[in-house]
Amino acid sequence: MQRAFPWHLIFFLAPAVIIYTVFSAYPLLDTLRLSFFTDSESGERSFAGLSNFVTLLGNAVWSEAFWNAMWNNTQFFLIHLLVQNPIGLGLAALLSLKGLRGARTYRTLIFLPTLLSVVIIGFIWQLILSPLWGVSENFLYALGLGHYFDAWLGKESSALITLSLISVWQFIGIPMMLIYASLLSIPDELLEAAKVDGASPFRIFWRIKVPLILPTLGLVTILTFVGNFNTFELVYAVKGALAGPDYSTDIMGTFFYRTFFGYQSQLGSATMGATVATMMFLVILTGVMAYFYLVQRRLTRYQL
Amino acid sequence: MLSLKPTLSLTAALLTASLAVEAQTLTIESWRVDDKDLWQDILIPAFNQQHPDIEVRFNPTSPTEYDSSLNARMQAGTAGDLVTCRPFDVSLNLYRQGHLMALNDLTGLDHYQDFAKRAWSTDDGATSFCLPMASVIHGFFYNKEIFSELNLDPPETLDEFHAVLQTVKSESRYTPLALGTNDQWEANQIVFTNIGPNFWQGEAGRLALINGEATFTDAPYLAAWEEMARWSDYMGRGYPSQTYGDSQNLFALGRAAIYPTGSWDTSYFNDQASFEFGAFKPPVSASGDQCHISDHTDMGIGINPASANPEAAKTFLNWVASADFADLFTNEVTGFFSLSTHPVEVNDPVAAEMISWRDECDSTIRLNAQVMNRGTPNMEQELWIVSSQVLNGDITPEEAAERIQSGFAQWYEPQSE
Repeated sequence: MQRAFPWHLIFFLAPAVIIYTVFSAYPLLDTLRLSFFTDSESGERSFAGLSNFVTLLGNAVWSEAFWNAMWNNTQFFLIHLLVQNPIGLGLAALLSLKGLRGARTYRTLIFLPTLLSVVIIGFIWQLILSPLWGVSENFLYALGLGHYFDAWLGKESSALITLSLISVWQFIGIPMMLIYASLLSIPDELLEAAKVDGASPFRIFWRIKVPLILPTLGLVTILTFVGNFNTFELVYAVKGALAGPDYSTDIMGTFFYRTFFGYQSQLGSATMGATVATMMFLVILTGVMAYFYLVQRRLTRYQL
Repeated sequence: MLSLKPTLSLTAALLTASLAVEAQTLTIESWRVDDKDLWQDILIPAFNQQHPDIEVRFNPTSPTEYDSSLNARMQAGTAGDLVTCRPFDVSLNLYRQGHLMALNDLTGLDHYQDFAKRAWSTDDGATSFCLPMASVIHGFFYNKEIFSELNLDPPETLDEFHAVLQTVKSESRYTPLALGTNDQWEANQIVFTNIGPNFWQGEAGRLALINGEATFTDAPYLAAWEEMARWSDYMGRGYPSQTYGDSQNLFALGRAAIYPTGSWDTSYFNDQASFEFGAFKPPVSASGDQCHISDHTDMGIGINPASANPEAAKTFLNWVASADFADLFTNEVTGFFSLSTHPVEVNDPVAAEMISWRDECDSTIRLNAQVMNRGTPNMEQELWIVSSQVLNGDITPEEAAERIQSGFAQWYEPQSE
């Protein structure tokens, strides 16, 4: 006996599949397709094979800008990985302590900047750090550190680090919340048993809590990676699309923006922009796949 | 009786609708968001006094998005009838793609000099595709109160200029120069191409580069960067992270003596500054030298060939070329100077001072505006970057010149051998 075709499956899947296809899958595939084309001077589009990629990676002018953006973006990501996530972990560990007074208030306050618009964050920090009107200089003098003050956002050597730390400040709430949630899900019996066995709080944290939340730490890492390689607004809001000084804060997002939309007298190129977007997609795809195949599969999961 | 009222109003609605169909509508594409009120309240009503049957709408897009969104709308066929034109290559590209109409038969074009038309002509100069509208003149503003407090006169030569800066620095707590390098464009557009023409003799030096007779590493161009390298002592504390808005505020609050600028800032300081300010032109090397000013052709207006009302659009352009418009535009949009040959009386004292330089000095446009911005690496951006690096003291003038020259030689035939 043959079962009736499960029409209800199509019915229930259709809305999600249609929306995803129209607004996400199709634009992505069309971007990939566009990167194989080129526009002539009169505006006609023709198939060009891999020539855009050859230009991007082979032409000295393009490849230098591309690798500069890639390296800056990697630094941007590494700073998040090494500063944001450990601090997030530490904050989550502190918040999950039993009997901490005002834990909810701290949690809300630390999470608050995440909810603000990146443009506002950029503007506020630009004002705080401004050598003309900012409060940071007097603040440092009050601490006796005044002579360390500098125009950090304007210096080639410090602009990218400053921007990364601003971004860390804003988004610290996300790893904190994710890790906090998974810390809360550790059963109390487990921790009490360890306590009875005479384990120190430090030992409990490293040998019991951290292994149990490792999958969450992995997730946080990959979310940070994807977020950082897609980011654009903060640099654009603070330094403009040219990501100065001398492209020292140029990341993939701003590089893509200038290529696709053009900037001042640099004319935008949709096809070359699609090529950069495709490269961004490939980088993120590679990173995520590497994570899933090399890390995620080897993580031990404990049934709680 | 009851049904009469709706019928009447319906008839009225139909009548208005048919009238609207007969009246011609023109939409203007522009990046001058700041001027929207001005167009709606002054310029368009003035046009409608002469041509009541043409309805005009001013539809601006923000400056950084203008070029790309205009391009997209042109390709989709939804762009407005009249297009405000960027100078040189951006508009030339639009013309080549068939998105701007050739205007050679437009009578209004006769009211403009060749130098004005060059920004919107094909390379051979045979075809014009936009009507020149306005230029901006570069120079320096100074705070008259600070100058009189310190007994200073507006400088004319470079030595006097440095003497003034030194006096402000050592004898007062004011910042000598309100200038920052965070946004980078000022370093090129209101510093390098502002003071530079006096070093490279204006048009002569600009054309020598285009013809391949000179290179950026030659003394005249290098000298402009060398002059800039001397400025870092006089700029505000932490100037590498000072934005354009910071500089404007610094000067408007009376905390800085001199502000390198373009004439478009006149109206801003008329509103914001509580003190009297004046303007002086870029200093020359020695007293009595011929002065050169950057009188940059900044804005033109052209017709979209896809317009449904090309005749009305031409009527509008001819009005833009009229003496009435020149007067209205120059005096209402303070700091933008009409490019037509009609004599215009400028009411604003600072704007009048700046436009008077046209009589005594030779005009030139921004060094790289024509031809030189066409290649990759884009020279405009490169100039922003190296010029702000020179002001920051991160690279030497020689390194700046070499970087620009090697980028130029990479793609520009007359320069590459």
